[in-house]
Amino acid sequence: MIIREPVILPERKGFLAKIGQKVVILIGEAGRCAMVGIGAFAQMPHVFNKRSRGEVIRQLYICAVKSLPVVTVVAFFIGMVLALQIGIELRHFNQEHLIGSVVMATMLREMGPFMSGLVIAASVGASMAAQMGTMTVNDEIAALEIMSINPLRFLVMPRMVAMIIAMPLLSFYTCMLGLVGGGVVGYTQFTVPLTVYWTNAMDFANLRSFHVGLFKATIFGIIIVTVSCYEGFTTTRGAVGVGHATRTSVVLNFLLILIVGYFVTRLFY
Amino acid sequence: MIRFEEVTKRFGQKVVLKNVSYEVSEGEIFCIVGPSGTGKSVSLKLMIKLLSPTSGRVCIGDDCVSSSWSKDLSVLRSRFGYLFQSAALLAWMSVYENVALPLRERTKLTDAEIRDKVMDALEKVGLENDAETYPADLSGGMQKRTGLARAIVTEPEILLYDEPTSGLDPVTSRMIDDLIVELNERLGTTSVVVTHDMHSALSIADRIAMLHGGRVATIEAPQNFIKSEVPEVRSFLDAQYITRKGVWEKGN
Ligand SMILES: Nc1ncnc2c1ncn2[C@@H]1O[C@H](COP(=O)(O)OP(=O)(O)OP(=O)(O)O)[C@@H](O)[C@H]1O
Ligand SMILES: [Mg+2]
Repeated sequence: MIIREPVILPERKGFLAKIGQKVVILIGEAGRCAMVGIGAFAQMPHVFNKRSRGEVIRQLYICAVKSLPVVTVVAFFIGMVLALQIGIELRHFNQEHLIGSVVMATMLREMGPFMSGLVIAASVGASMAAQMGTMTVNDEIAALEIMSINPLRFLVMPRMVAMIIAMPLLSFYTCMLGLVGGGVVGYTQFTVPLTVYWTNAMDFANLRSFHVGLFKATIFGIIIVTVSCYEGFTTTRGAVGVGHATRTSVVLNFLLILIVGYFVTRLFY
Repeated sequence: MIRFEEVTKRFGQKVVLKNVSYEVSEGEIFCIVGPSGTGKSVSLKLMIKLLSPTSGRVCIGDDCVSSSWSKDLSVLRSRFGYLFQSAALLAWMSVYENVALPLRERTKLTDAEIRDKVMDALEKVGLENDAETYPADLSGGMQKRTGLARAIVTEPEILLYDEPTSGLDPVTSRMIDDLIVELNERLGTTSVVVTHDMHSALSIADRIAMLHGGRVATIEAPQNFIKSEVPEVRSFLDAQYITRKGVWEKGN
C-alpha cells in the first residue's frame, strides 16, 4: 500500500493496449486507496489507547475548531446568496414568505454537507495530503514502519475518527448558519418577518432530510481522509511530488464528493 | 549476520546495484563508502526490507525471506536501529518525544524508565539540554543526532547508520564515532555505517567496502584499504588527502 519506488510498467503499443493499461492502473490505485480507508477502520479498536485518544483530540481540534472561521463565512454567504436568488424569483409571485422553506430544504438536504465537504476537502484534506506527502518523501513513514508503528494506526486512524465526528457537526453548523444568513437577507431585502421565515423553514425541516444530510457528511469525511492520506503515502519525487499529491487529492475529493453525493441522494429519495 | 546474495536492484531502467554479494559478520563495524548515488542508502534500505531486491536475496541471520508483509517483518525490524540520511524526525513531536517513540510503541516500560533511557541516549549524543525543542528549530546536525539517539535508544542488535557524521563539526563527529565504537564494544552491536568521511571510516571500521558503479570495488580491513591499488579507491582516498602511509602532510 505504501510504495517507495515509482511503478514503471512496460511501454504499450497501440491505442487499445494503452487504454487497457491505464484502466488496469486505475483499478489498482482505487483498490489500494480503498485499502487505506478499510485499514484505518480496522485499526479503530485502538482508538481508546491513551496515545490515540490524545491524537484524536488533536486532530479534532485541527479539523473542526480550526476550520470554523472559514466554514462560518462560507455557510453564512451561501444562505444569503440562496435567499437572494430565490427571493428575486418568488417576488414575481408575491411568495417571498416561502424563502425560509426553500433555504431550509436546500441547506439541509444538499448544501450543508456539500459545502462543508468542499471546504474541508480544500483546507483540511489538502493539508493532510501535503503533510503525509512530506513525511513520505522525508522517509518519516519509513521510519515509523521500522519502529514497527503501523502508519494506518498512528496517522490515518485518528484523522479518520476525528473527521467522522467533525463532519456531521460541521455540516449541521453550516445548515444553521446558512439559515441565519437566509433570514437576514429575507428580512433586509424582502421584508419577510423573522417569525414567518422561521415557521416556513421549520415546515420543511423533516427528520429524514436531516439524517440523510448527516450521513452524507460522514461519508464525505471518510472520503476526504482516505483520498488525502492515500495520495500523501504514494508521493514520490520530493517537493514536486508533494505539490502534485496535494493537487490530485483536492481534485479527486471534489469529484468524489459530487459523484458520491449524487448517488447517496438517489439512494434515499 | 547480514548477507547479500547476488543482489540486483533496479528502479525502472536504472540499475543501482548489479549482482552484489557480501556478508557483514556479527559484532563487526562495517563501513560502506563510495561516490554519491551508487546505492549506499539503497543497500541499507534493502537490509531492513524497506525496499526489496529485483533479484537475489538479502538474508538477516538465517532469515532469507526477501520481502514479506507479515508479523515476521515487524519482529525482524525490531532487531534493527536505523539512522536515516534525512534524520526523519516527526515534526509535531519534541526531541524527547521523538526519541521516546520507539520505547513507547515497542516496549512496556513505565514512563520513568523511558525517561531515564531517553535522557541517557540524548546525553550520549550531546543533546540533553534540547529535549523540549521541536525538530524544525534544530540545526541539521542536531536533527541528525536526534535521529541517532532514536536509533540507539532501544539498544538494538543491529544498527544501520546512514551518514551519521555528515553536516557535523569535527569534534562532534569524533564524538559520534566514539559512540558507535562504544555501542559495538559494550553491546556487541553489529553496525553498518555509510559514510563519506574516510578518516572516520578508517578509524572505526573493522572492514570497509567501497561501492562503485553498482558493484563492490573492494572490501578490506582499514590497514589494507589505504594500501589498495584499485583505482577507484585510490582516487577516493587521494581526494581526502590520505596516502598509502597515512594522512598527507604539506611538504612530504
Ligand atoms: N525510492 C527510489 N525510487 C527511485 N529511485 C531511487 C529510489 N531510491 C534511490 N533511487 C536511486 O538509486 C540511486 C542510488 O541512491 P542512493 O540513495 O542509494 O545513493 P547514495 O549512495 O546513498 O548517495 P548519497 O551518498 O548521495 O546519499 C540514485 O540514483 C537514486 O536516484
Ligand atoms: Mg545516501
